[in-house]
Amino acid sequence: MEQISLSHIAITAGILLILTGLWGILTQKNIIKMIIGFSLFDTGIHIVMVGVGYLEGKTAPILDEAVKVKEAAGEIVDPLPQAMVLTAIVIGIGITALMLAYALRLYQKRKTLDIQKFNDLKW
Amino acid sequence: MLKKIFTAAVLGVFALILVNTYGFMGPDQQLNEVATRYAEKGPEEVGAANLVTAVIVTYRGLDTLGEVTILFLTASIIGFFLKTKKEDIQTPVNIRKTSEILETASKIITPMIFLLGVYVFINGHLTPGGGFQGGAIVASGLVLMLLANPLKTVNHKIITVVESLSGFFFVVLGVMGLLLAGGFLDNTFIAPGRFGTLFSAGAIPVIYIFIGLKVGSELSGIVSNMQETQKEEI
Repeated sequence: MEQISLSHIAITAGILLILTGLWGILTQKNIIKMIIGFSLFDTGIHIVMVGVGYLEGKTAPILDEAVKVKEAAGEIVDPLPQAMVLTAIVIGIGITALMLAYALRLYQKRKTLDIQKFNDLKW
Repeated sequence: MLKKIFTAAVLGVFALILVNTYGFMGPDQQLNEVATRYAEKGPEEVGAANLVTAVIVTYRGLDTLGEVTILFLTASIIGFFLKTKKEDIQTPVNIRKTSEILETASKIITPMIFLLGVYVFINGHLTPGGGFQGGAIVASGLVLMLLANPLKTVNHKIITVVESLSGFFFVVLGVMGLLLAGGFLDNTFIAPGRFGTLFSAGAIPVIYIFIGLKVGSELSGIVSNMQETQKEEI
C-alpha cells in the first residue's frame, strides 16, 4: 500500500473540519452553536493552509544547532504559510470575540439564544 | 424539507470545490522561490533564528500592523458595545463561592502564567512563539484570576494606557526603521548582535515586546468587558 503523506492527512482532516463547521453554521438554531461552527470552519482552513506549506521530511523553520544557516534552504518547510496562519488565527479570535459579545447582548435583551426567535428583519 | 435540500446542496458544492483542489494542494518537493529567498537571505538580512518571526515582523511587518489594528478595533467595538453604566451594576445578591482549591491555586499559578507569557514574547525571535502567543498567554492568566474571583474588578485605565502606548511605540519603531534603515519596520537600525542570542535580530525583540503587551492588554480588555456585563445580570 502506498504510504499516505502527513500533509495529506492534515489536509483531509482540515477539509472535514471545514465541512463540519459549515454544516453547523447552516443547521444549528442556537447562536452559540453557530459560533462554534464558525470556529471549526476557521480551524479547518488553518490546518489546510499549514498542510499545504509542509514539505516531506523537512523540519520547522527555526535555525539552531539542528538546522545550520548554510543548509537552511534544503531542510526547512515554507515559513510563509505559517506566518499567514498566525495572522488568520488572530483575526479569527477577533471575529469570535465580537460574535460572542453580540450573542451576550442578544441574550440579555430577549432571554433566548434561538436564532428563529430573532425575526425582526424577516419579511 | 426544502431547507435540508439547500443545506445538502451548499455542503455538496463546497465539498466538491475542496476535493477538486485537493490534488494541487499537496505538498511541494522543495521550497518555492520566495521561501528559498527567506531561508537563504533571512538570517543575514534580519538576523532572527525563527524565520516565521522574520516573516511576520519584518518581511510582512505591515501585515502585522494591520492585524494589530484589527484586534484593536475588535477590542474597542466590544468595549463600546458592552459598555455598562455605573448605576446599572448592582451589588450581586446570589453568587456561588469559588472553591478553595481554585482560589489558592490561582494565586500561585497566575504570576507564573504572566511570567511564561512575557518569556514567550521576549524570545519570539529564537523559539516558537512571539508577541501574539505571549499576549494570549498573559490574557489567559487574567481569565484564571477572574474565574477564581468573579467579583474582582479589572482596572481599565491601566489596560487602556498600556495598549495605547505599546501601539504608539510599535508605529514609532516602524518609522525609525524608515528614517534610519531601509524602510518601514526595517529592524536593522539597532545593531543585529550575535545570531541566535537574546540580544539579536535588531529591533525584532523590542517590536515583539510591544506587540505582546498590546495583544495581552487587548485580550484582557475583551475578557474583562464580558465579565462586567455578566455582573449586571446577577
